[in-house]
Amino acid sequence: MSRTITTSDKKPAPRPDIIGGHTLSMFVNNKPGVLMRICQIFARRAYNIDSLVVSQGRDPRFSRLTLGISGDPAGLPQIILQCDKLIDVIHCYEHTPDDSVVRELALVKVSVEGGEKRTEVLQIVEHFGGKTVDLSEASMIIRVEGASDKVDAAIRLLNNYDIVETVRTGKVVMARGEQST
Amino acid sequence: MANSKLEEMDGAQALITTLSELGVEYVFGYSGGAALPIFDALETVESNIKFVLTRHEQGATHMADGYARATGKPGVVLVTSGPGAGNTITGIMTAQMDSVPMIILSGQQVTWMLGKDAFQEADIFGITIPIVKHNYLVRETNELPKVAREAFHIATTGRPGPVLIDVPKNVSQSPFTGDLEAEIDLPGYKPEKAMDIDSSSLEQAARLINLAKKPVILAGHGAMIAGAEAELMELASRTESPVTSTLLGKGVFPESHPLSVGMLGMHGTAYANKAICECDLLINVGSRFDDRIIGQAEKFCAQAKIIHIEIDSAEVGKMIVPDVAVVGDAKVALTQLLPMIEQADRADWLEHINGYKKKYPLGYRKQGGLRMQQVLDEIHELTNGEAIITTDVGQHQMWAAQFYLNEASFKWISSGGAGTMGFGFPAAIGAQFACPDETVIAVAGDGGFQMTLCEIATAVIHKLPIKILVLNNHYLGMVRQWQELFFENRESGVDLEGNPDFVKLAEAYGCKGINIKRPADVKKKLQEALDYNDGPVLINAECVKTDNVFPMIPAGAALEDMLIEPPKHKMAKPVGST
Repeated sequence: MSRTITTSDKKPAPRPDIIGGHTLSMFVNNKPGVLMRICQIFARRAYNIDSLVVSQGRDPRFSRLTLGISGDPAGLPQIILQCDKLIDVIHCYEHTPDDSVVRELALVKVSVEGGEKRTEVLQIVEHFGGKTVDLSEASMIIRVEGASDKVDAAIRLLNNYDIVETVRTGKVVMARGEQST
Repeated sequence: MANSKLEEMDGAQALITTLSELGVEYVFGYSGGAALPIFDALETVESNIKFVLTRHEQGATHMADGYARATGKPGVVLVTSGPGAGNTITGIMTAQMDSVPMIILSGQQVTWMLGKDAFQEADIFGITIPIVKHNYLVRETNELPKVAREAFHIATTGRPGPVLIDVPKNVSQSPFTGDLEAEIDLPGYKPEKAMDIDSSSLEQAARLINLAKKPVILAGHGAMIAGAEAELMELASRTESPVTSTLLGKGVFPESHPLSVGMLGMHGTAYANKAICECDLLINVGSRFDDRIIGQAEKFCAQAKIIHIEIDSAEVGKMIVPDVAVVGDAKVALTQLLPMIEQADRADWLEHINGYKKKYPLGYRKQGGLRMQQVLDEIHELTNGEAIITTDVGQHQMWAAQFYLNEASFKWISSGGAGTMGFGFPAAIGAQFACPDETVIAVAGDGGFQMTLCEIATAVIHKLPIKILVLNNHYLGMVRQWQELFFENRESGVDLEGNPDFVKLAEAYGCKGINIKRPADVKKKLQEALDYNDGPVLINAECVKTDNVFPMIPAGAALEDMLIEPPKHKMAKPVGST
């Protein structure tokens, strides 16, 4: 099978009207269709969902969502209110890096034919506190986790080698201290 | 209990039993395969529910809408799956835009066929997500009563809106073994918060009101839904403020009251718009600052302070950022605000506004043929402003808003936010069912009326004494007006050639028909229609073809750029919304 799509980790040129990096958390009813309601609100207003993590809450009646959003920052407070207004949304908050912990995990498959490259890649993995989770003669899968910029940095360095593909979980967020997520 | 005679029931019977317990009087709808069990339950369950068979599902939604707007109670619609449900879209959207409580029950294919392009399958749950307050696809028979109770609660509390319940056929026809009284469970919905208003916002609002020299009150649909008429009157009297209303707020403050300046906005009165332009404080009670009333947002009340009393926090700051936001129910807010408001003397300000009333009165030419304004003016006089008026959308709607002054809430039923043609006549049917003793007048243009005129049959069958007033100019007049003003009079897609003879058409349905052709006949013919109560009567008024509605604020222009009369120079194309 030939690969016709190559995934680049290069970032597109920034657009002044769009600011990425907004992180929202939502606590929602755990049932079919809830995500559709939320996604329609963002799509209608030309916001892009850069990352999305959904998982069941401690109480299985509810789910946790973390969304990474880019779009016109002026409209974001309104969007948060409109999400909050959905009957299936218990609450919706925006989080800043100062008031929250944000983590993500990436799996990176690197083609390493020849021992020299493998040693170099393993040094990068070690530096970032990552792990090798699969190793074969021709390739390896690396797991890196941490704040998004740390994952970005690891992938940037690994870009010097032959990356076959990368998969990122997307951001998960938790508010610090007394604040709830 | 209504189901006492049923020892065993299926889901559909449990659903109808629940609707009956919730006080449903009328269900408007159209039958079909996937809804068969629910239609059967209407026959097998002993209840007070009366089913009204319409001629099209869109008509059913507008009837439910008219019923809801005339009573404040939710209108209920029952349709089948696929095209049946699809035909309700426009009506649901109309209700959502105008905050109207409505329950739409749609039949659906059996659950194991969903997603397989089965016969008459449509994902109406997915399709309607953006146009409902909430919706359900019920997969468990025993959930039906709880879902129905939740739907009614959601539709009628907070900011009202439509709720759709999609019921697969196997869910409705399976045995019901659950609890008919199951309690609702809506952890993400807290409408009671609207009753608990931040007192500091009220104190700030009171301070601004007491300091203002030239305040104006803007009364919206929210004030009407909250039932804040008395509080609004007290606020207006105590602050000596002129009161303007939105299209949907018409009647919440009596329009013949000396403090009333009528409707504001794109085709509002000149004096209402001038009051807005010159005020130093705008007190918005329950309006969402629709683009039709604010024009160019940056220039709207730029010199004035703004208080926004609003039940839906997502509306605060959406169009206009207020100086003080009071989030909550309008009646509760005004009740708590009033003790802090001082009796004011603003005679100079009122005198100034009255000057505008004298200088720029609403009027129309009495020569050169029959004008819609005259017909509306005369029907207003003949009914003392006490009839329930429903309208379609377009020139006739704006003239009706200008010339039919409303004195009370729930008597003006018009599609505002959605601007739905074809709304007025079926809405009048719903309103007449709700208020059998009131005079109900459906004001329609010849364009919109033809979109839903098949409902003449529905009105005839039930002998509803609706006055269907077709203001016929053989044109889509409002669009033609824009083409005349902004597109060098190039008419495109507006000439309704091929209109039927509406009187003969009415007669074919067994409906009385009356033609009005001469201005001198208007009063006599309208009186004849008002005196006829054995069923609906259609009045076809042949009006001047190319009249235009003024005042007018071109879309996106500022209120101060209002055209009070026809412009003498060529107009630039409007840049704002539509």
